[in-house]
Amino acid sequence: MARSRLTESNAAGWGFALPAFALVATFIILPFFFAFAFSLTNQRLISPNPTEYVGFQNYRNLLGLGLLRIAPVRDDAGEIVRDANGAPKYPRVRTFTRNNPDYPQYQGMREWFGWRSGDDRVVVLARDVIFMKALVNTLIFVAVVAPVQGGLALVLALLINQKLRGINVFRTIYFMPVVVSIVVVSLLWRFIYDGNDGLLNNIIGALTFGLFEPRDWLGDPGTALGAIIAMSIWQAVGFHMVIWLSGLQTIPPTLYEVARIEGANAWQTFRYVTWPGLRNTAILVLIVITMQAFAIFAQIDVMTNGGPLDSTQTLVFQAVERGYGKQDISGGSVISVILFLIVLSISLLQRWLTRERH
Amino acid sequence: MKSKVLFAGAVSVIFANAAPAQTELTMWYHGAGNEVESRLINQIVDDFNASQSDWAVAIQSFPQESYNDSVVAAALAGDLPDIIDVDGPVMPNWAWSGYMQPLPIDEAAYADFLPGPRGVWDGKLYSIGLWDAAVALYARQSTIDALGLRVPTLDNPWSEDEFMAALDAAKASGDFEYALDLGMAWTGEWYPYAFSPFLQSFGGDIVDRSTYKTAEGVLNGDAAIAFGEWWQNLFQGGYAPGTSQDPADRDRGFIEGKYAFGWNGNWAAVAHMAEVDDMLFLPAPDFGNGSTIGAASWQFGISASSEHPDGAAAFIEFALDDKYLAAFSDGIGLIPSTPSAAAMTENYKAGGPLEVFFGLSEAQAVLRPVTPGYVVAAKVFEKALADIANGADVADTLDAAVDEINADIERNGGYGH
Repeated sequence: MARSRLTESNAAGWGFALPAFALVATFIILPFFFAFAFSLTNQRLISPNPTEYVGFQNYRNLLGLGLLRIAPVRDDAGEIVRDANGAPKYPRVRTFTRNNPDYPQYQGMREWFGWRSGDDRVVVLARDVIFMKALVNTLIFVAVVAPVQGGLALVLALLINQKLRGINVFRTIYFMPVVVSIVVVSLLWRFIYDGNDGLLNNIIGALTFGLFEPRDWLGDPGTALGAIIAMSIWQAVGFHMVIWLSGLQTIPPTLYEVARIEGANAWQTFRYVTWPGLRNTAILVLIVITMQAFAIFAQIDVMTNGGPLDSTQTLVFQAVERGYGKQDISGGSVISVILFLIVLSISLLQRWLTRERH
Repeated sequence: MKSKVLFAGAVSVIFANAAPAQTELTMWYHGAGNEVESRLINQIVDDFNASQSDWAVAIQSFPQESYNDSVVAAALAGDLPDIIDVDGPVMPNWAWSGYMQPLPIDEAAYADFLPGPRGVWDGKLYSIGLWDAAVALYARQSTIDALGLRVPTLDNPWSEDEFMAALDAAKASGDFEYALDLGMAWTGEWYPYAFSPFLQSFGGDIVDRSTYKTAEGVLNGDAAIAFGEWWQNLFQGGYAPGTSQDPADRDRGFIEGKYAFGWNGNWAAVAHMAEVDDMLFLPAPDFGNGSTIGAASWQFGISASSEHPDGAAAFIEFALDDKYLAAFSDGIGLIPSTPSAAAMTENYKAGGPLEVFFGLSEAQAVLRPVTPGYVVAAKVFEKALADIANGADVADTLDAAVDEINADIERNGGYGH
């Protein structure tokens, strides 16, 4: 077996694969190398100016962080000035970050978040607060969607994997949102979440006999991301349900018969027969959901545009907004490259965690 | 060599025999989907093609939402048509990027045009519009009477105090869901177009127009912060619906009596007058530096790659006829670019129901910053206004907007100013 199997494969096989290879190379691999190259330049979408190499300047602009300790304002007697609630008063962050010759390293940075430490206030400054918020939102989105959507899809798959009359009706209903365009689904959910007379407010209002104060789900920074997460889980859960279902149907019925003869209860059957049989399906579902969740864009674009107050900014939305909306291809490329590195490392980590142990 | 010349000659003879002697000019237009608008523009094209024998214009229409993207994509691919139409504030960007060439038409052809429809950048005319748009404060005479308010005029608009007193009165009456509808549901160009004149009236601006190199001090100076605090109070104080306004309420809310006042464009005026008997279109309040509204709408220009700028210019000059200006105005309610065309229209002639808009456009219109960087600055401004409306810190938000605009200007080498 000195010869590689690759070279022994017949020409027809390669011929069949060629169109797909060519398309993947042209539209996925090549653009990625472009993105990496652009991220090191000041490339614009349209500009008469020549493109210049800027090294890692774009990365520094995006990822730059700083820590600032702010002492409270003291009056002439050296006493800390306090407001009506007794909280110390602090000078504004902008007095440090704008044209302050003593703090040139913080020039142009903005407050990301901060906390009290003794009498002082500690502030984490970021050069690009919007990117940081987009990064955190995307990670929250993935951390919630991946387990919840995967788990819910498994429950639905178990429910519809029964030989009942009319089970196909349920399969169709659960799968329906996947077939509808995400843009259409997002538009519909905008009405559902509407603050005045949206369906959700009406339903909760009716269930609580009018005790519930109607909320503006997408207009409130506290609920907007949660609303989009819930809607996204609902939309794609059917797709993963089908994958789970295909996994369930590959488990040999004889194993279940054995389990029944051995006297296993429902939980034991699931734990020792079903779940081990779904191992590879679980890895697939987990990786696919993670990748899809990182790419969240359409819901944001249609429902919130990243608002209110950046509470629903995400990485892909920012990449598109910068690259195309603000004509800054290099800025969009940097975000794409960083997103690629994040997804790649998480996928590798998942592969390692779910590897076959001998 | 000789045979090649002969062959070329033969080809041109064949073509001369097969096709009419008109040279084809291609044209792109943003109004696909609007039946009336398509009919009007096609009429101009047909009239032009029939009026002379040198040129034949072939028009292709795009939906407005994807028009700009199509032009940018075509420019990147080197595939632009001869004649394009362009939104006024975007023109400098396209001219600077090299998509457009100066428009070789005689100054006499547009001598009496309103300032808004003239697309001048870098001292040269690049585009010209058949119409302008204007914004006014929508109100009902009955509301004004019930609240005991003075009717503001162009010469004597409401001051900030009078305006806020009017909103307070409307709010206190309890007859309305909100006192003022600003149209926050219309994201995109509406924000800088409709709201940056408020900022200018306060004494600020989106960029420093003396140099176009920085926004520092104008977008985050004292005047701008005063504007931002006033703006935030409109929402936090419960005067106006915020960014999550239902688009349907934007279109119908004033008509249905949900809002006492509306900040809306002349394009919505006809629909409002049809349902509200005592419509008033009031000038913008004066916040200290005059009462101002935005100007400039869609305009025609010639792409840089056009091989027949003379033919394209001939078409554009042909379209500037008063009768077409009037036809567009009657058809879709736009403000005609000249007084003589206005006199020919139903709505803008002396005593016409929308005459006031022509006056507003003539007296108050301020162009959005005339710079290639406007395209980015407009997006930054839109986000800043949305964030402030949602409760973000005014000074910090405006600082961030200034930094972003300045960084963009710097990355673009000053945009050629």
